[in-house]
Amino acid sequence: MARTLITLPAAVRRDAVFQVRTLLQHPMESGFRVGADGRVLPRDIVRRFRCLYNGELVIEAELSPAIAANPFIEFSVRAVDSGSLLFEWTGDQGFAQREQRPLVVA
Amino acid sequence: MRRGLLVLGLLAAALPLQADDRRSSFLDMSPATQAMQRDDSLNPGMLWVLQGAQAWSQPAATGGPSCAGCHGEATQSMRGVAARYPAFDAALGRPVDLGQRIAACQQRVQPGAADAEAGLALQAYVAHQSRGLPIAPPDDARLQAPRERGQQLWTRRLGQLDLACSDCHEALAGRRLGGSPIPQGHPTGYPIYRLEWQGLGTLQRRLRACLTGVRAEPFAADAPEWVELALYLAWRARGMPLETPGVRP
Repeated sequence: MARTLITLPAAVRRDAVFQVRTLLQHPMESGFRVGADGRVLPRDIVRRFRCLYNGELVIEAELSPAIAANPFIEFSVRAVDSGSLLFEWTGDQGFAQREQRPLVVA
Repeated sequence: MRRGLLVLGLLAAALPLQADDRRSSFLDMSPATQAMQRDDSLNPGMLWVLQGAQAWSQPAATGGPSCAGCHGEATQSMRGVAARYPAFDAALGRPVDLGQRIAACQQRVQPGAADAEAGLALQAYVAHQSRGLPIAPPDDARLQAPRERGQQLWTRRLGQLDLACSDCHEALAGRRLGGSPIPQGHPTGYPIYRLEWQGLGTLQRRLRACLTGVRAEPFAADAPEWVELALYLAWRARGMPLETPGVRP
């Protein structure tokens, strides 16, 4: 099971722009490396990252094999309403990770 | 007066590393890597600490209590523990490092549950509880002989390159090897997240990489040499604060 580290403020003022940091534990195996047995290791990377703020898409990213293990993504969001942020990572070999964090807008 | 100063100077030259001269390799890293270690929301090592925190309170799948079942809250019971390891284990009759101590505890209480990845995460979690505390090797007479063997290993030339640890990490510390700074070799941040490994690793893994680097055959995985070296390194770094999880290039 993948682990995530998501950092965002618990409460923000309306219309304020705040930073969201996400760190996902994932090997990001590029598909170009050779294993100890001489065979090429199959590609196993995160393909897509999405963040939805109260159901609305705020960022979507496409990840590529050149990105290092444990991808870190930081982005800014403007506070509109209280609710939650939904984080979704999907990738090779059926990888899927969803995390939800509450957000209070004062 | 002048003669007194001269004697002092000679004394200082005779001691290889004065307490004041010791520095964590954290200080020799790029500002970007330093920022990565300093900020928990950037530090990838925290993923393992998080995993360890979950494993700490999770009952073993094969039955048997969780770590928290016996040791309680790790934030209190494990504070300062990692700073004292390696230590002498009376049950095993030999010195053990923190990872071996956790593995032995798991085998005793949660048989069949121990796996390397979870053990590493637990080690990171336990060591994280001592972050900022000074390394405090125990004052134990039974550790004296293994520590001395560790010191001999530190200065013994090894491998096809015929280099001892001290040849680089004492005589040439602070200078560069192929563009990378040569650290003094203080184990302050273990387990560390190495960007080269793209993962977390123990002191043993780091030492093994150095042995391969001088083209020596690394010791066997369970060889006593690893713990003896770690004992000497901990004594050498006594008083320096722990940084777990450290981030290194």
